[in-house]
Amino acid sequence: MNKFTTLSGIAAPMPLINIDTDMIIPKQFLKTIKRSGLGVNLFDEMRYDDDRNEIPDFVLNKPQYREAQILVAGDNFGCGSSREHAPWAIADFGITCVIAPGYADIFYNNCFKNGILPIVLPQEQVDLLMKDAEKGANARIEVDLESQTITSSDGDVLTFEVDPFKKHCLMNGLDDIGLTMEKEKSIDAFEATATQSRPWV
Amino acid sequence: MSPKTLYDKIWDAHVAHEADDGTCLLYIDRHLVHEVTSPQAFEGLRMTDRTVRAPDKTIAVPDHNVPTTLDRANAATMTEDSRIQVEALDKNAKDFGIHYYPVSDVRQGIVHIVGPEQGWTLPGMTVVCGDSHTATHGAFGSLAHGIGTSEVEHVLATQTLIQKKSKNMKVEITGKLRPGVTAKDITMSVIGATGTAGGTGYVIEYCGEAIRDLSMEGRMTVCNMAIEGGARAGLIAPDEKTFEYCMGRPHAPKGAQWEAALNWWKTLYSDDDAHWDKVITLKGEDIAPVVTWGTSPEDVLPITANVPSPSDFKGGKVEAAQRSLDYMGLTAGTPLNEVEIDTVFIGSCTNGRIEDLRAAAAILKGKKIKDGLRAMVVPGSGLVRAQAEEEGLADIFKEAGFEWRLAGCSMCLAMNPDQLSPGERCAATSNRNFEGRQGRGGRTHLMSPAMAAAAAVTGRLTDVREMM
Ligand code: SF4
Repeated sequence: MNKFTTLSGIAAPMPLINIDTDMIIPKQFLKTIKRSGLGVNLFDEMRYDDDRNEIPDFVLNKPQYREAQILVAGDNFGCGSSREHAPWAIADFGITCVIAPGYADIFYNNCFKNGILPIVLPQEQVDLLMKDAEKGANARIEVDLESQTITSSDGDVLTFEVDPFKKHCLMNGLDDIGLTMEKEKSIDAFEATATQSRPWV
Repeated sequence: MSPKTLYDKIWDAHVAHEADDGTCLLYIDRHLVHEVTSPQAFEGLRMTDRTVRAPDKTIAVPDHNVPTTLDRANAATMTEDSRIQVEALDKNAKDFGIHYYPVSDVRQGIVHIVGPEQGWTLPGMTVVCGDSHTATHGAFGSLAHGIGTSEVEHVLATQTLIQKKSKNMKVEITGKLRPGVTAKDITMSVIGATGTAGGTGYVIEYCGEAIRDLSMEGRMTVCNMAIEGGARAGLIAPDEKTFEYCMGRPHAPKGAQWEAALNWWKTLYSDDDAHWDKVITLKGEDIAPVVTWGTSPEDVLPITANVPSPSDFKGGKVEAAQRSLDYMGLTAGTPLNEVEIDTVFIGSCTNGRIEDLRAAAAILKGKKIKDGLRAMVVPGSGLVRAQAEEEGLADIFKEAGFEWRLAGCSMCLAMNPDQLSPGERCAATSNRNFEGRQGRGGRTHLMSPAMAAAAAVTGRLTDVREMM
């Protein structure tokens, strides 16, 4: 998995609330059996018209946001289906950090498995960064996972919370499965007891 | 011992390892797999030379992509990429030796309908699936989580899930439901009251007289949409109805093991003085037949209401409501029961069970759908379909003018050929009304099967009580 330590990049503003995973990556792109290549279809129905031409008004089509690495979004981002294609598409586009007042649970977890840092901030602070993002390419936002800080283009420093275990895995690009397998003895022991107490399982 | 909730009890029985910071490895009793969210996970196992740790506890069925037309055995009914996904599942099931219900098997259907039907889902279990509607299985008093593909791979390899405990939320529906009000109206009304993020970070336990009175089918409908309320899991404590439903199912325990299981299952309820982090109470008699008007499942109103105006809302919802109305092609102030529809879809893991088909057929009996309307019934599994045929429901649907399909997810998310065209308006019994969910530009109104049947007859959103 890709590591996430620090990032200094352009942030794209998407103030809409309840951005769901069907918007992030519509279902016709779930038919792939690979993880890569979904970036061109990120926000597909908002990004292209029926003839597959780019809709110029959509934020990621604007010249100043085409290289965005950060997304600043409205509350309850990533609600809806469990499709990991959503974070795959976001990462494949080149966005590795999302900032919002809140996320749907499964999406939030999926981000960490794919080298994306989802940051939760109170609405007022998201509003501040949204304004920053609206300045376009002139405003770079800096994110430092180690110190858990965000620095706006005006030099305002905001701090954020993140689960220490998730932070550790993200900073070191650790594979969950490998870590869990180190605890195989515990799983074996649990399984042995459970087979006794709940043999019907 | 300190009092515990049902969630606490199931959780405690499944912790295989707990780290100092409270991160747990939760042992998984049943892992359900479908073709859309699993190919990359199996590929990951192959690349790292790992195997499936507990193939006996892993059950796969293709459902999202499969065509539901009668000629689906003909490979030409599937697009190439759909076929590749289904074939990948065929192969992965075989290579890794997991239980499998292929498209040709009469037991095939939507994964969340097949699991309970075959007795894979039982009280007190932990159940996961790479699908957010795994919450459905909570109706049995099992802790059921939707997971992402990386987690699918993790569960395949280790039979555990890395989890931190959620908070406990109690949703109580007191008293009796009024006539014409169903499980779907309960679950949609709860989301209308809490919002789509109201349950984030919680596991919900649904309780109260109105929940107790529901059949297992109805309870599955309620838990199914826990995810639309933001909760990762919804639970209902098992009772005699649950045990009766499970008894005799192909993979349910038998004989002495059944007795042992029953003894444990009977301990699975929330203790009287258990702690709840949040409690929500709705009165059963206050719940009306509801529909959605917008593009979020929280956009719920009684069928007797009018389309709202963006100015009825606050904050970010103002803009979202305007966007919804534009997308849905609706004008504020229009009575909902005047909104004309083009299509009716009855099916999905929310409402594709036998009881749902019975409820719709009861309304449709001896009636015809409105001229020019497109209407389809897609049973949730081959067995539901067979039973509906035996009960004569299929004939009622066909005589009314409905298409009678084979089992699958179908127009719930339109990954197969069943899709809405831009602007097409659909009365649907599924669970999501997101933009584009049922096809690009398609407009979805969510409702109960009886309400969808009523809409099929009149050609507009309709209060089912007028037809009862
Ligand atoms: S019926 Fe719809 S919600 Fe249910 S599993 Fe299939 S696609 Fe998902």
